[in-house]
Amino acid sequence: MTERRAIGLPPPAGRTLALPVNWPRRLAYIGLAFYAIYAASTLDVSLARIARGLPQGAHFLARMWPPNTEAIKLDLMRQGLMESIEIAVLSTFFGILLSLPLGLLAARNLMPPWVSWTARTLTALFRSFNSVIVAILFVKAIGFGALAGILALIVGTMGFISKLFAEAIEEVDLKQVEAVRATGASFANVLIMGILPQVMARFAGFSAYQLDSNLRNSTMVGIVGGGGIGAALFTAYQRFDYDYVFTILLAIIAIVMVSELVSVQIRKIFQ
Amino acid sequence: MSGAIGQHRWQRFSVQQRLARFTAYLSAVAAVVWAARSVEIIPEFLADAPAQTADLFRRMWPFDWSYYGREVHAALIETIHIATLGTLLAIAFAVPIALLAARNITPSKTLNLIATFVLVATRSINTLLWALLFVAIFGPGALAGMLAIGFHSIGFVGKLLAEALEETPRAPIDALRATGAPPASILSKGYWPAVEPSFWGIALLRWDINIRESAVLGLVGGGGIGMALDTAQNNLYWDQVGLVLAVIFAVVIVTEIITSTIRERLI
Amino acid sequence: MNLAISAATMAIDRSLVIRHLYKEYTVGKPILRDVSLEIGGRGITAIIGPSGAGKSTLIRCVNGLAPATRGEIIFHGEDITKLSGKRLREMRRRIGMVHQEYSLVERLSVMENLLTGRLGYVPAWRAWLRKFPESDVAHAYTLLEAIGLEDFANRRADQLSGGQRQRVGIARALMQEPDLLLADEPTSSLDPKTAVEIIELLATLAASRDIPAIINIHNVDLAKRFASRIVGMAKGAIVFDGPPSALEDKHLGEIYGGQSWLE
Repeated sequence: MTERRAIGLPPPAGRTLALPVNWPRRLAYIGLAFYAIYAASTLDVSLARIARGLPQGAHFLARMWPPNTEAIKLDLMRQGLMESIEIAVLSTFFGILLSLPLGLLAARNLMPPWVSWTARTLTALFRSFNSVIVAILFVKAIGFGALAGILALIVGTMGFISKLFAEAIEEVDLKQVEAVRATGASFANVLIMGILPQVMARFAGFSAYQLDSNLRNSTMVGIVGGGGIGAALFTAYQRFDYDYVFTILLAIIAIVMVSELVSVQIRKIFQ
Repeated sequence: MSGAIGQHRWQRFSVQQRLARFTAYLSAVAAVVWAARSVEIIPEFLADAPAQTADLFRRMWPFDWSYYGREVHAALIETIHIATLGTLLAIAFAVPIALLAARNITPSKTLNLIATFVLVATRSINTLLWALLFVAIFGPGALAGMLAIGFHSIGFVGKLLAEALEETPRAPIDALRATGAPPASILSKGYWPAVEPSFWGIALLRWDINIRESAVLGLVGGGGIGMALDTAQNNLYWDQVGLVLAVIFAVVIVTEIITSTIRERLI
Repeated sequence: MNLAISAATMAIDRSLVIRHLYKEYTVGKPILRDVSLEIGGRGITAIIGPSGAGKSTLIRCVNGLAPATRGEIIFHGEDITKLSGKRLREMRRRIGMVHQEYSLVERLSVMENLLTGRLGYVPAWRAWLRKFPESDVAHAYTLLEAIGLEDFANRRADQLSGGQRQRVGIARALMQEPDLLLADEPTSSLDPKTAVEIIELLATLAASRDIPAIINIHNVDLAKRFASRIVGMAKGAIVFDGPPSALEDKHLGEIYGGQSWLE
């Protein structure tokens, strides 16, 4: 529920009226079906190809088992995971910190149009690129290592959090704000006791969500040299060390699930 | 009025609430401090960062426009196909799983739990990881990319769909059931109309996300525009990298415009 | 207690003078047309009139939430229409306002909503940490008792009923220790019984503190019952001004009925 709201979906409508046959919509369905068939053919998606893949897949899976538990490998993995967590924590922290002012600037009900449009364009730009792509640029600019990953994830965090924060502010109930303004409160005080209480819970919600998402991505930026477990994973993969790949995969999944639990808890506290 | 009232102490939250918040803040600070102290940052790299960044931008512009016709255009079309087919694939898998996960539709706790687990598991494996897996099985190419996008999206689509199903108002469903309608028509006449707007919202949102996600698949051999990016980057042709990035940005913006237009029409 | 307060406040002139006030949101379509009104330093003035007569706009002009187009609003020897920024905020904190329903900050507790009334006086860090001066908290508890919600201090505003919300709204306005009380349709969404209770509470509390009050109200009976003076508005102008006893059916026809056949 919180997540639905965090990503801006409307609440499900309680519509019960069965619509009469809607021809334009039906045509759209048919069009979509034809498109799917056409697109699949251009991508060389065929049963033969899938059939060829299945034994390959079985072979692949067989080589994954048992997971590699050599001490050296585990230690290497632990280092990588720690670095991924560090990247996630720092990028979430600084990303959110920078998103607060940016989101405020992007809120159309508080700022003049030229300010909010500039801020919105900037967040749209930040949001457009997958963190791994942004990481490529930072690796070039500041070299291999965790910092490139952190900066890449900060960019992504700002793209999402600023947008959601701005939307939360735009949905603020202005009657409540006006009532606070009518007491003679300063702008800062109106912000603190009129606007923040209305957006705080949602904000905590999507910040927790972002921590989650940054952790997932922090395991991937290593593929392009952005630090974290991704480097070890990709190297093992390219060397066909599939048993070690499997160990790392299990660890990543475990960490992601734990972080999901943490993020649920955070949301509960700040409800 | 009595003086005792004047001595009330007022605090914003109950003790437990304050404790919970305090713990949350403290852990956040502790986590940030720990991370900042232990993360390895090489200061020498930082020193020439401004120069390197300036150099990067200088090499990017002007774009190598000829690269668009040679590589990027076909890769771009492939990316869009991957994202769209992947989304359709995800929906095909997610709908039955969501039905199993929704507690008001499937009364079995065990089935709910299994379905929820599948949703969580598919989601917690990153698209790139799925791509690695499918590249190993089917070899590099768009098929692997499409499957990666599809499998990773199952969790997202399924979870939101299950939530929408669970929030369906009971009254119309009960009324249908009272008429003795078979389960299939309860689904199509009772639940579907109620969740349809959410369904399209979810599908569009995921498609939008998948367009961005599929741009990166090529880095691990999953096809699409990421391949063009990877080639250019490995060859240090930054003017080509710049072009690819600009194309990705343009596509993302267009996608966003399309989805928001459709969303306004549909919902 | 009343003695002490009235002794301290008698010195301040709490009268409000409005002269030739115009307000237009779009040019050429005035919402208020040449409104002049003098309100003495005590008693309840009820403004009645149909929706769109300009009652709300008039009230909102008085505390500057809606800037006037022309004219003067004199309070405490200053023309409110000329104020802006810090001076306007300082004026606003002398004027308490009870809004229509749902004007409490829903996600804040009752106590926090009351303390909102002190925001004109406290610096931002105090507001942020909720470290309001103890005298403010004590005052808030006194008011909570006066409105009969002493056990609700930590209840969140979104858990209150409509009547309870408006009680808190009144208390929030009184937290400002205002020299003038404005109320904009405070009973518009309440049931008839609660509406009477709310106006009664408002009247009692204002009278005991000797604060003049201006109340916009739809309900003519309520206005007659609690106000010492009634102002009737129609189409942005004042068409009746007098004591409740002078308000007759022909005036009501002019205020309310006049609209339907003039259009």
